[in-house]
Amino acid sequence: LHFSFLVVKTTSNRNPTDKMSLSAKDKNTVKAFWANVVGMEEDIGCDAVSRMLTVYPQTKIYFSHWKDLSPGSAPVRKHGATVMTAVTDAVSKIDDLTGGLLSLSELHAFTLRVDPANFKVLAHNLLVVLAIVFPNDFTPEVHVAMDKFLAAVARALSEKYR
Amino acid sequence: MVAWTDFERATIKDIFSKIDYEHIVLFLCLCLIVYPWTQRYFAGFGNLYNAAAITSNPKVAAHGKVVMQGLEKAVKNMDNIKATFTELSTLHSEKLQVDPDNFMLLGDCLAIVVAAQLGKDFTPEVHAAFQKFLAVVVSSLRRQYY
Repeated sequence: LHFSFLVVKTTSNRNPTDKMSLSAKDKNTVKAFWANVVGMEEDIGCDAVSRMLTVYPQTKIYFSHWKDLSPGSAPVRKHGATVMTAVTDAVSKIDDLTGGLLSLSELHAFTLRVDPANFKVLAHNLLVVLAIVFPNDFTPEVHVAMDKFLAAVARALSEKYR
Repeated sequence: MVAWTDFERATIKDIFSKIDYEHIVLFLCLCLIVYPWTQRYFAGFGNLYNAAAITSNPKVAAHGKVVMQGLEKAVKNMDNIKATFTELSTLHSEKLQVDPDNFMLLGDCLAIVVAAQLGKDFTPEVHAAFQKFLAVVVSSLRRQYY
């Protein structure tokens, strides 16, 4: 009855790029849209991380070493900038995310040990911010391409986990 | 029973009073575009071939309104969403046979459309209240499944 969902939800050992991989059109859409983000990375990243911590408070556990976890605080802003720099880098490596994000994957797997389910959470909050900041450019077509791209980034980050 | 703060109650009612109902139905179009497997539930809706077809499809728009009416019912009964949605949950489980994981996909699409409409007013705190509301709605709709 739900065969299509089994295909979507199964974790397999096949090459991750088999699963809903980015088409040429997706990649071009992402690259074109991301040009809008240049210069706004810090503000967008800050807002996305602020929302993640506020809307999904379970994510705070990864930042218990920060003095201030409130929206827009200095450590939140700094981390937002860090994340966005990495996402911009991922856009430039869109043709080989697994290879390009190898060291980041090792960092998340062995040092940070972030539960990979949280990648989706941060991605959703980033999409919310993009919808607010770019109400005209963030069309449904851009949304689906960005959603796929962020899912691909998440998969690449999860590569080294086990 | 869900515990709502005063802020959350006021925020949910405020959001629903502010959204542009003419265009909010885009959230269902978005779900069908971004998560195309959800189209399986709308086989009788005609042309869903691409984003343009989906966004101009009158059946999708009409159904978006139906879903919004369901949400408004939840807003009017915030202290008893579970009971309010018992029949709807049974309907989705037994008759429509919708995979309940899809409910949050649709919810996330609605959050994004509301965010785009409210802009800066959709602060992290407002956003949190809204996603909590959506989580309660989703949980209530899942309730009658096996």
